[in-house]
Amino acid sequence: MQKAITSNRIGTMLAAAAMSVAAVAATGAQAKDAIKIAVPAFLSGGAAGPFGVPARNGAEIVIDAINKGTLPAPYNTKGFAGATASVDFIDESGGSTKQVAEYRNLVQKRGMDVVIGYISSGSCVALAPVIEELKTLTVLATCGTPRIFEDHSWKYTFRTMGHATSDNVAAALYVASDLPDVNTYTGINQNYAWGQDSWRDFDLTMQQVKPSSKASDKLQFPKIFAGQYGTEISALSLDKSDLVHSSFWGGDLEAFIFQGAARGLYKKKKVVLTVGGTASYRLGKKMPDGVVLGARGPYGILVRDRKTALNEWFINTYKNRYGTYPSGPAYQYGQAVLATKIAFDKAAAAAGGYPTQDQVIDAFTGMEFESFSTTVKMALGKGHQAITENGYGITKYDSEEGEPGVTDVKFFPAECVMPPEGVSSVDWIKGGMKGAKC
Amino acid sequence: MRDRTVIGLTLGLGICAIGGYFVPDWFMNQMMFGFARALAIIGLLVLWRTGLVSFGHALYFGLGAYTVALMDINLGVTDAFVRLAGAMLVTGIIGVLLGYILRNYRDIFFAMLSLAFSMVLYGILVKTEALGSTDGFPVSAPTFMGAAPEGKYYLFVLICVVGWVSAVLVHSYLQSTLGRLTTAVRDNEIRVEYLGYSVARAIHIKYVISAVLTGAAGALTAMALGQVDPDSMVNWTASGELVFVTILSGPGSVAAPFIGSLIFELLRTYASEWAPHAWQMIVGGTLLAVIFFLPGGLWSIAARALRGRK
Amino acid sequence: METLITIVLDGLQYSSYLFIVSVGLTVIFGVMKILNVTHASFFTWGAYTAAFFIGKFSEMGWPDAFGFVIIFASAAVVGLVLGLLIERGLLRHMYERDEVLIVLATFGLFLMLEDLILLVFGVNPYFAYQPMALLESVEVGGITRDVYGLTLIGLAALVALACWYGQNRTKWGKLLIAVIYDREMSEAMGINVTVVYVVTFVIGAVLGALGGAYIAPTVSVTPGFGVDVIVLSFAVVVIGGMGSIPGALIGSILVGLLRALAVHKLPEIELFVVFAVMAIVLVFRPEGLFAPAKPRKI
Repeated sequence: MQKAITSNRIGTMLAAAAMSVAAVAATGAQAKDAIKIAVPAFLSGGAAGPFGVPARNGAEIVIDAINKGTLPAPYNTKGFAGATASVDFIDESGGSTKQVAEYRNLVQKRGMDVVIGYISSGSCVALAPVIEELKTLTVLATCGTPRIFEDHSWKYTFRTMGHATSDNVAAALYVASDLPDVNTYTGINQNYAWGQDSWRDFDLTMQQVKPSSKASDKLQFPKIFAGQYGTEISALSLDKSDLVHSSFWGGDLEAFIFQGAARGLYKKKKVVLTVGGTASYRLGKKMPDGVVLGARGPYGILVRDRKTALNEWFINTYKNRYGTYPSGPAYQYGQAVLATKIAFDKAAAAAGGYPTQDQVIDAFTGMEFESFSTTVKMALGKGHQAITENGYGITKYDSEEGEPGVTDVKFFPAECVMPPEGVSSVDWIKGGMKGAKC
Repeated sequence: MRDRTVIGLTLGLGICAIGGYFVPDWFMNQMMFGFARALAIIGLLVLWRTGLVSFGHALYFGLGAYTVALMDINLGVTDAFVRLAGAMLVTGIIGVLLGYILRNYRDIFFAMLSLAFSMVLYGILVKTEALGSTDGFPVSAPTFMGAAPEGKYYLFVLICVVGWVSAVLVHSYLQSTLGRLTTAVRDNEIRVEYLGYSVARAIHIKYVISAVLTGAAGALTAMALGQVDPDSMVNWTASGELVFVTILSGPGSVAAPFIGSLIFELLRTYASEWAPHAWQMIVGGTLLAVIFFLPGGLWSIAARALRGRK
Repeated sequence: METLITIVLDGLQYSSYLFIVSVGLTVIFGVMKILNVTHASFFTWGAYTAAFFIGKFSEMGWPDAFGFVIIFASAAVVGLVLGLLIERGLLRHMYERDEVLIVLATFGLFLMLEDLILLVFGVNPYFAYQPMALLESVEVGGITRDVYGLTLIGLAALVALACWYGQNRTKWGKLLIAVIYDREMSEAMGINVTVVYVVTFVIGAVLGALGGAYIAPTVSVTPGFGVDVIVLSFAVVVIGGMGSIPGALIGSILVGLLRALAVHKLPEIELFVVFAVMAIVLVFRPEGLFAPAKPRKI
């Protein structure tokens, strides 16, 4: 019987290899005129088209403009506290375990100074403790779960947009105020945390703002990426509810729109698409009219007509470079980058020179600033979680311009759709949304 | 027992445990995850030698991980040893129960049925908001008999030691009569039965061993990651990853999984840096290359190199 | 009554979708004893090719009805090219190896082809709604149905009929059955097994690609879009018996109808229904409901 081969040689060779790799690995130090930024987003897989690629593009134009100093006033200074940024775009796909390993590599091996991005809630939840451990400023741009700052306080993590609770609270408020004929509602949401939480928040809020309304008992939760909704659409058509709520995104959303529109679902029922904004430009004429459309906040098609210098700059620069209007994720990533620059500049002004990371964090905490399309206040999570207004509009294709459009756009103020400090979102809604300032 | 494998493993333990203190953090992390996963690979290796490939071992990986997380949240248990024991107990029990069903299947049916069981757990976890659904929930840092050290070095040493213990135990098991039955069962079951051994019992025992080892791997990974979620730990993609690393390492020796798993981690790191869009292609291509050109896995390179010197 | 019609039609529509995809899988397994994970790639590539060309031709001004021609042409081309490349290039070298190893090889190939799609087609979705929009809708059972979905049922029936005819009424079918039962004896009897393998694989590939191509007009074709239906096809093939075409038919109908019933009456269990049936079949009749008898070799 052949004996197993000794592995001491292998072990030694491996340790030697490890030592040499370690010698080569660079550790970045914060330099005065150059800073390294990593921007993770979904660059492959089903989330790339609707989220990752626009997000990456949005970040890219803002970083380029900051480096050249071409942002509109008052942000037209060059660089992050003067430092030019080099950016590495990272692919967020592969699951949260991989993202955690990737994050460590970014900070410890590739020497990134700041990490700006992340779309998936799973990544953000998994990364929060690691960010704290590695003590590197990380700005979460898009991920939606409220859990990040409700379960814990973090020093090094910031999130520069409102979380997903505001999407569904705003949807319910909009339905209650602008669609008074809706008395019964049902939902079709993807069967994972995002879809489950979206439905829960919408249902709970509807019970608070319109107690006479009733939810259907046959809620649809198809598997994510199922793609074929024939049976579900039949069930929804037979259901007596007035309204259908859906937080579908990506290929599932587009399939649901094609298949539903072909069967008249959008004419027979009112449909709320909380993330529909990510599909409006791509679908163009194929987006049915009369859909209650959300963009996860004041972004994308809902703010196309806001005529501020910052917004017009953002829209025009994006359209000239990428050929299409910027959707929600582009705004969200651009906003995160802008917030980072503002924090750096503010810290530099206070410190009288290039700021340390702690000084930037102090400047960032509780910051209030004008972003491309809205005002952002870092009001929750001890100054680390942003709140913004949130709202919805009704889709209507503009045949004159030959472009998709929205009418009856209505926004609710930030303090109306986000819980106050110290209260968890679910508790806040269940408790009657005390402290809401509408 | 002056067994060369044991000597080699012990030397490896020494080098890694001491080296881990000096290498950069990110590399020690790779080793942590790699060596934790290697435990699961050893389990799959035992099954592979028996001629069985499980497409559903993420079931035990996830069970081990979630046991640790639930012990943390519901019982407040932070001690690493208690957590590990708990995970191994739970996966052991489930392994015994499911083993009664699975031991009667072979080849593709064994693979598909094990996949089906793992997807049942996945479905339950995804649908249950109380268990975090797809976002999972965090695991607090482990303590070691009361000591709560900064940083991950103690956990790393624990993983290395657990790895060493498991490898040595499995190695001696495989040298024993019951252990030698693995290859015998793979070659010809009817002959084994004629020799007086129960094939079903043999498979059952090996299945439970692999389940417990994979559960330990899941528990240690959960502690190293500080987080559990179904997509990385219970989904069929997680099982696929385990099978991939098993093939990559090769069935040659209990030391192979550690090398194969570490190389997988390094491969993933460098692929993310230099070819981020092509990760699936790299995995697929490597899998094909190994199956075609290197059926003994990476270990066979080492084995050939060392044998050549004799 | 209306609900019953709706449930039955929904069930049949979903079954047809599953059947077209699964029949190729089961035929390949029956003849070559390979559980071909790459089948998912045939589906995805068929869908992308069809969607891409429907979009292009529509831009150029061709009539929407031409989309149907594109669908069948894409299925044929993708099935032929990919099928031949994979069978002659890769699988040919692996027939003597362990079954499970072949499955892993096809899995590796599937991963590579998935990333290749990203390289060739990019990450943005493709729309090919023209054929579905052309056929419009019809009122059945109190709700509106799209005619395109109903034609899917027709297509599945055609495929089933073609398979039955091919298997029972042609010489080729008899050769196929012989090879399924015993490859060595067939070779000894003078059947050119290599040719049978190649033709079988290509037919399976074409059918898989047809499933993807025909479904493309109803969805937006994005990366990762084939994975879900493949998992379901595996379940159908296992339930029906690997290698049995009637098994695939019954398995698809069973899964489709049960799923439709669940979605309409008890949506929470919809996900479990399929795997529950598969688990039950595996535990009580592991070869599947209709598997061809296999002699045990000692």
